Amino acid sequence: MLNSIGRILPDYVEGYGTVRPFMGAYENLTKVERKGVSALSNTCGGNKVREDLAELIGEIDIKDGMTLSFHHHLRNGDKVLNMVLKLIGGMGIKNLTIAASSLFPVHEPLVQWMKAGVVTQIVSNYISGPVAQAISTGELARPAIMHTHGGRARAIESGDLDIDIAFIAAPAADAYGNINGVQGPAACGSLGYAVSDAEYARTVVAVTDTLVPYPAQRVAISQEYVDYVVVVDSIGDPTGIVSGTTQITRNPIGLKIASQAVDVIEAAGYLKEGISFQTGAGGVSLAVAHFLKQKMLSKGVIGSFASGGITGYLVDMYEQGLFRALMDVQCFDLEAIRSFKENEGHQSMSASKYGNPHNKGAVVDQLDVMIMGATEIDLDFNVNVTTGSHGLIMGGSGGHSDTAAGSKLSIVVTQLIKVRNPIVRERVTTVTTPGETIDVVVTERGIAVNPKREKLREQLVDAGIRLVEIEDLKNMAYELTGEPEDLELDDRVVAVVEYRNGTVIDVVRMV
Amino acid sequence: MIIQNPSCAGAMESNDILIMLHPSEDGVQIQLESKVKKQFGRRIESVIKTTLEQAGVTSTVVIARDKGALDYTIKARVITAVNRSLGGGSYE
Repeated sequence: MLNSIGRILPDYVEGYGTVRPFMGAYENLTKVERKGVSALSNTCGGNKVREDLAELIGEIDIKDGMTLSFHHHLRNGDKVLNMVLKLIGGMGIKNLTIAASSLFPVHEPLVQWMKAGVVTQIVSNYISGPVAQAISTGELARPAIMHTHGGRARAIESGDLDIDIAFIAAPAADAYGNINGVQGPAACGSLGYAVSDAEYARTVVAVTDTLVPYPAQRVAISQEYVDYVVVVDSIGDPTGIVSGTTQITRNPIGLKIASQAVDVIEAAGYLKEGISFQTGAGGVSLAVAHFLKQKMLSKGVIGSFASGGITGYLVDMYEQGLFRALMDVQCFDLEAIRSFKENEGHQSMSASKYGNPHNKGAVVDQLDVMIMGATEIDLDFNVNVTTGSHGLIMGGSGGHSDTAAGSKLSIVVTQLIKVRNPIVRERVTTVTTPGETIDVVVTERGIAVNPKREKLREQLVDAGIRLVEIEDLKNMAYELTGEPEDLELDDRVVAVVEYRNGTVIDVVRMV
Repeated sequence: MIIQNPSCAGAMESNDILIMLHPSEDGVQIQLESKVKKQFGRRIESVIKTTLEQAGVTSTVVIARDKGALDYTIKARVITAVNRSLGGGSYE
C-alpha cells in the first residue's frame, strides 16, 4: 500500500504486525486511552535498596520475551545498558525487546546479544554506531521500531510500547527511590526521557552510583514510581555524556547559511517580543543561535523560551536575559548541566510534555521557530535523518518530527552537497519527517519555501529575501554531483519508522 | 601510452580523492574505494577513465581512494598524477 506521502509499505511486517499507514501529520489526533499500570505496593517503608545488580536481576524474575527500557541521558558515556545485558545475557533468556530512547556507539555489546538471540527487537528514537550497522545488515531477528521522542512517550502511555522493567540510570538517588540528575559523578541534568518509563513500566529499577540521604533534593523521578534502588560503582563516563558537537561552525558556508536563516526568521515576523526558539546542537544550528542572539540584542527583543536539548549557547542567551525560560528535556553539555542546577527558569520537561501528540498539550506546540538539520530532503520537503544515502541507519528522528509538526516556522539548514551527496534530491532514502511540516530550506546556494506556505512565501519576498524553487536547488546539486544511482536494497524490512502518532511513515530495508 | 613510473596526486581529505597510478601493461584497471560508491561509483570510474584516455594513457592500474570529490577535482587529480608519472614518478 501507499501512505499519504507516496511511500510503498507492506500491509503486514513479520515481527512488527499490521501496518497503519501514515495519512497526514495532523490526522489521528483524537481522544486516546492511557494504559493501566500494575504496581506492587511498598508499604511500611520496605527496603528498596540492593547492593548488587546481579542479586536484583535474580530477584525480579526476568523472562523470555520481556521488554526492558533504558534512557539515553548519559549518551555515549552510558554504562547501565551494557551492565544489565551482560548479567542477563548469560542466563539463557531469549527474545528480549530493548526499548532504549537512543543508542550510541558505546552500546556495541548489544550486537552480540542480538546475534545470540537474547535480544530480538530494539525500539529506539535514534541509533548510531555498531548497533545501527548491525540492524541495517539484518542481525536483529525482528524489525527495529524507530520512534520520535514525543512518539515514544505516546507509545509508552498508550501501551503500544509495554515496558516490563525500566532500568533508570540515576546520577543520584535516595534509598526510597527519589532520583535526581544533578548530583554525583555522572550528573547529566534533566532526565526528561526517563519519565514515561518510570510512570508506566511494571517494575522500575533505579541504578545509581550516588546514594544520597532521604529525601533527595531536586527530584526528577519520584519514589512512588520506583521499586528498587541498586547501587553500582559507576553508571556512566562523564566524558562520554557531553556531546562532541556543541561548537559553532567556523565554516564560512555554514555561517552564511545560519545568517540567512536568521534573515528568514526576521522576514517571517518572528523576531519580536516573546519569541520561542529551538535549535539542534549541530555546528550550523548553533550558529543560527549565535546570529539570532546578535539580532535580539540589537533590537532589544526578549524571548519567552528556548527548548529542546539545551546547550551552553542557549544558557548564555538565557543568562543575558534574552529568554525568560529554558525548557530542557536533555542537557547537551556541562554548561547546560550547571545552569540546570543553578537557574530557576531552566526547567526540566518530560519527553511527553516535550512532544507527545496525544496528551493535553506539548511544548513543541508553543514553539515559534525550529531550526533543524537534514541528511536528505526531497522535492516535497520530506526529510530523512534516519538513514544515510548508502541506506544504513545512522540516526533517527529524535525530536525532529515533533518539533517540525509543532513549531510555527520550521527551517531546515543544510549545505546543498555533503561528501558528493546532493542533500536536496528527487527522492529521499527514508522519510523521517513529512514535508507538510517543513516550511523553509536554507542552503548556501538558495532558499526555498514549501509551496504549501503561500503566505509565508509572500512575506519573505516582500521583505526582500531571494527565493528559488526546491527543484532549482536539486538541479544545482545534481549539476555538480551527477544524479545518484538508486540503491539496490533487499526486500526484508529491518526497521519500521513510526511517525509521532504511531502510524508508519516509512520502512528501512536491509542493506 | 603506458604508465611506467608510479605516481600519485590528491589527498584522503573530505571532498578530495587520492589517485595512485601504477605501471601495468594490461590496459586501464581501476580499483575504487569510495563512501559514495553505491550512488556514484560508476560515474567516478568513468571520469577517471575518460580523463586517462584524454591524456593518452592506455595502460595503468589506478588505485583511487575517494572521499566525496566532485568531477572537476577527480579530473585535476588524475591529470596531475599522469604528469607526475611522466616527470619521473613519485609518491610525494
